[in-house]
Amino acid sequence: MGGYISSQSVKKIIEINPYMLGTMAGGAADCQFWHRNLGIKCRLHELANKRRISVTGASKLLANILYSYRGMGLSVGTMIAGWDEKGPGLYYVDSEGGRLKGTKFSVGSGSPYAYGVLDSGYKYDLTIDEAAELARRAIYHATFRDGASGGVASVYHVGPNGWTKLSGDDVGELHYSYYPVEPAVVEQEMTEAVVA
Amino acid sequence: MSIFEYNGSALVAMVGKNCFAIASDRRLGVQLQTIATDFQRIFKIHDKLFVGLSGLGSDAQTLYQRLVFRHKLYQLREERDMKPETFASLVSAMLYEKRFGPYFVQPVIAGLGEDDKPFICTMDSIGAKELAKDFVVAGTASESLYGACESMFKPDMDHEELFETISQALVSSIDRDCLSGWGGHVYIVTPTEVTERILKGRMD
Repeated sequence: MGGYISSQSVKKIIEINPYMLGTMAGGAADCQFWHRNLGIKCRLHELANKRRISVTGASKLLANILYSYRGMGLSVGTMIAGWDEKGPGLYYVDSEGGRLKGTKFSVGSGSPYAYGVLDSGYKYDLTIDEAAELARRAIYHATFRDGASGGVASVYHVGPNGWTKLSGDDVGELHYSYYPVEPAVVEQEMTEAVVA
Repeated sequence: MSIFEYNGSALVAMVGKNCFAIASDRRLGVQLQTIATDFQRIFKIHDKLFVGLSGLGSDAQTLYQRLVFRHKLYQLREERDMKPETFASLVSAMLYEKRFGPYFVQPVIAGLGEDDKPFICTMDSIGAKELAKDFVVAGTASESLYGACESMFKPDMDHEELFETISQALVSSIDRDCLSGWGGHVYIVTPTEVTERILKGRMD
């Protein structure tokens, strides 16, 4: 229990291709490897069929691979987000074989805290800036309460022309920008005694 | 899961020239869930004697209350404050009383003794004392604290340099530990004054 923090600058959003993103929760190596593997399979699909793979198809590709390894100890909790011919797509995929389509998800040890913020602030018609700020706050609050979450809060936008990175804030600084510490009042100042 | 790691903690004490410093983190969690970020683990026994209790938060508070009680009885009978060495023996004896059902704490004791000579020591939960000349550490961040202190500590620092050193050692260590952090608390004690400072830190 507990554990060592090996890095505060890990990118937990993996760029699969210019139109698709994957998120990382669970085993870092498992996530990194299988997302890279998915990226390859997506590119191969593109070359074979002369069109980009749908988000539905890509997420199913990953889910089927993970299911074939079920019970062998893989640990992956991920969201696949992208834009295809049918518009935006978002799927939750995990190493137990689960695959869910949805409009908002949160994954990982800090996810209950993030859901708390997300659910209370979510509306269907959020602007891009509002949505980005809600996502950032959800991650920030999760890192604050959860011992196993922290580092950087990256926010991406996925649109018809692919994804763009909006921000990548160090949570260490984000906390004090959300909650500045007011300077303490000096009650008594020490002065040099005059030698008679 | 060890009960010593249930709440998470980081404690360190260092010796300087005619002074000492004792510092801790401010987190109280239940495993990975952060409950409070203003928890006190360092307690004043008298103006020149401090005790830090790492480990289980509830046992730290209970033991502190018993230590204050015993020190007050001592003051009434002896009409003086306890020497740090005596206090360490008291803590040790009180811990060993509970040999087969211990308080789940690892104490750090720091004080100025006769002629304002700095004294620091730590012990395990059943009272095995470990005296040190330079620094002592305890808590879930103890491994990283050893590393930081081992490389940053210099003998005979003045109180200002000591504050800087202990603060940097504490902050860099708790940033590598999941269960401790969320700010720091530092006491610098010289023969004439006690300085208490709250440190800002990463809040993740």
